[in-house]
Amino acid sequence: MISLLLLGATEGGLFDFDATLPLMAVQVVLLTFILNALFFRPVGRVVEEREDYVTTTRAEAKQKLAQVEKLEAELRDQLKEARQTAQKLINDAEQDSDKLYREALALATSEANASREKARREIDSQRETALTQLKIDSQKLGDLIVQRLLAAK
Amino acid sequence: MGTLPFVFPFAELEVGQHLYWQLGNLRLHGQVFMTSWIVIGALLALVVVGTRKMERDPKGVQNLLEFLWDYIRDLARTQIGEKAYRDWMPFIGTLFLFIFVSNWGGALVPWRLIKLPSGELGAPTADINTTVALALLVSLSYFYAGLSRKGLRYFEYYVHPTPIMLPFKIVEDFTKPLSLSFRLFGNILADELVVAVLVFLVPLVLPVPVMFLGLFTSAIQALIFATLAAYYIGEAVEEHH
Repeated sequence: MISLLLLGATEGGLFDFDATLPLMAVQVVLLTFILNALFFRPVGRVVEEREDYVTTTRAEAKQKLAQVEKLEAELRDQLKEARQTAQKLINDAEQDSDKLYREALALATSEANASREKARREIDSQRETALTQLKIDSQKLGDLIVQRLLAAK
Repeated sequence: MGTLPFVFPFAELEVGQHLYWQLGNLRLHGQVFMTSWIVIGALLALVVVGTRKMERDPKGVQNLLEFLWDYIRDLARTQIGEKAYRDWMPFIGTLFLFIFVSNWGGALVPWRLIKLPSGELGAPTADINTTVALALLVSLSYFYAGLSRKGLRYFEYYVHPTPIMLPFKIVEDFTKPLSLSFRLFGNILADELVVAVLVFLVPLVLPVPVMFLGLFTSAIQALIFATLAAYYIGEAVEEHH
């Protein structure tokens, strides 16, 4: 009896082929077209749009990053240059001030030397004059003393 | 026959009983169409809900649909190849989704609670008509794919490495739909029968692991059917050099 049921020799059975087969095939084909219109195409469009979006955004971001890196390098160069210029300016200024200081110092020293020299010469000449005066005076006094002594005698 | 004690349970399972619908002079298996409409309805509802408001940042059901789309695209692309997979992706995807939802619906929904005058509701894929229909569609598809892409050069495939292959390749055209349909039919029917027999014999606990195994088998069978269909189409559109 079971074998009869399985083989479908009478009504029904497991291998009972009938119009279910072609109608099911038609149904599945229709489902394919419906799902293509409602599912595969729209979802595919969204997914591919997103993939495009991600790709372009990534490319843009990469480009921007490259630009930023270039700008950064440029700015770093500029900064380096500016620092060098500043350093040079400072050095120049230091040298200038040093030179000015030395010049002023030299001038002051020479002036001081000159005035000292002049003062010494003056002193010397005055001393000379005083000495000659003294000599003359002492000569006179000596003569006077000699005259007085001779007169007293 | 009802007097025989060992026949009674199998009669309860109603193997091979159908609910016949008469359409003109065509006979249909009503229970198969009823469940297949439920399956198709569920699929369409999911798809309509998920694609109603699609955004670049996916939310809710759209995530699931995109996951499925991606999964099916990968399946089709690996089997069919970069050039032709776009044309066949909807077909492969429909096969996969229809079989998968049918199998899981058959395993998860307690159809038995709905009494029919004859036969019982179950997975549409447990009926040989459905699986043969699907397998024949696959056969037609790969012939169409090969012929439309390569014209008559498609038949070079039959003598491809050597003409000795000709008889084997011709036999393959018959074994492909045969194996596709019987593999699916056998697995799903066997799973339903095993669960039904176990439920009848030991109603508690014991059928549960078998049910889980059935879910696993159902998913695997859907994947196998879709993968093989894609592979056959890929084989037909492949260019030999």
